[in-house]
Amino acid sequence: MSEILDRARSQVLNDGVGLDEAQILEVLRLPDDALPELLQLAHDVRMKWCGPEVEVEGIVSLKTGGCPEDCHFCSQSGLFASPVRSVWLDIPSLVEAAKQTAATGATEFCIVAAVRGPDQRLMTQMREGVKAIKAEVDIQVAASLGMLTQEQVDDLVDMGVHRYNHNLETCQSHFPHVVTTHTWEERWGTLKMVRDSGMEVCCGGILGLGETLEQRAEFAAQLAELDPHEVPMNFLNPRPGTPLGDQPVVEGKDALRAIAAFRLAMPRTILRFAGGREITLGDLGTRDGLLGGINAVIVGNYLTTLGRPATSDLELLQDLKMPVKALSATI
Amino acid sequence: MFCDRCGNQAAEGDHTACAAARELEPPRFCPECRRRMKVQVVPTGWTASCVEHGTRTA
Ligand code: SF4
Ligand SMILES: [Zn+2]
Ligand SMILES: [Zn+2]
Repeated sequence: MSEILDRARSQVLNDGVGLDEAQILEVLRLPDDALPELLQLAHDVRMKWCGPEVEVEGIVSLKTGGCPEDCHFCSQSGLFASPVRSVWLDIPSLVEAAKQTAATGATEFCIVAAVRGPDQRLMTQMREGVKAIKAEVDIQVAASLGMLTQEQVDDLVDMGVHRYNHNLETCQSHFPHVVTTHTWEERWGTLKMVRDSGMEVCCGGILGLGETLEQRAEFAAQLAELDPHEVPMNFLNPRPGTPLGDQPVVEGKDALRAIAAFRLAMPRTILRFAGGREITLGDLGTRDGLLGGINAVIVGNYLTTLGRPATSDLELLQDLKMPVKALSATI
Repeated sequence: MFCDRCGNQAAEGDHTACAAARELEPPRFCPECRRRMKVQVVPTGWTASCVEHGTRTA
């Protein structure tokens, strides 16, 4: 048995104290034959500090494409020759999407816009959209609208948005290689405002952006310092026309090691499987992840790409005897 | 006819990778005129519209 896993067992499982950066790196460097034991430990940590429930969420793009930023992985940047065109979702379709999401048993519905930060038009659409959803659908509304001003943070709280997603995407040292139109520190600033407002902070990123293992460990440690309520883990799905369009996808075993390492860094967070899991891990991977530290999923389609059907994930949860977190448990 | 993923002529070149990718992506190009379509993805489906050739959904 490896020393780092022994350490993690007493430090994280027993005491609930997350691994530090050097320890996370040791976990990321564990050989393949230690993977089953690592995943089991990450699962035990999740069960002890979070419980068996799985939080289910649906996401939808309110404003797609045409973004002025240059995040090198993103098909929605208007700066690349991506085939994704700019389009807005109307309010009736937004409400319908929320209804379909609620029908799966999901308790979270996240409204996303491809923008640097919201303008007046987007904030008005949000206000109308959130109001219409709350009038008709029993679901919690989250939002992801880029960088915010304090006034916009206050407006979102006033609308009843309970959680705000703003991903750091990658560690501080790698960020300038992935995004040049804004800084990691600007993103951190929005996260601080969100935290202070009382909204729940949802912050994660994408693995496979060309970061080293050391930088993956750095990222997990930086997220742990932020201590978000939720951490969505995406795996790069290389998009045609983007600067990272030819980047190789993360290997399945590396993805599972990273999931377990993130769990051991953040024993109490909601660790969510987000985009790219179908590509990196295939159908079996969802099961392995849910038994290796993950305790939340995005069901159905993503913003510009498709996921596996919600029913496949829900059947798997039943199989694994992991109850879907109920709305009453989240309020 | 055009490949609805890469927009190139469907009869020219190999579109096996496009077809595989399309399992987890909506179409982006109109197969009839290769215009980029307006595509809206929602949790349970998608719609893709060409100004000339109408709307496809799934
Ligand atoms: S800010 Fe968001 S939508 Fe815009 S390019 Fe970056 S990731 Fe894409
Ligand atoms: Zn093609
Ligand atoms: Zn057409």
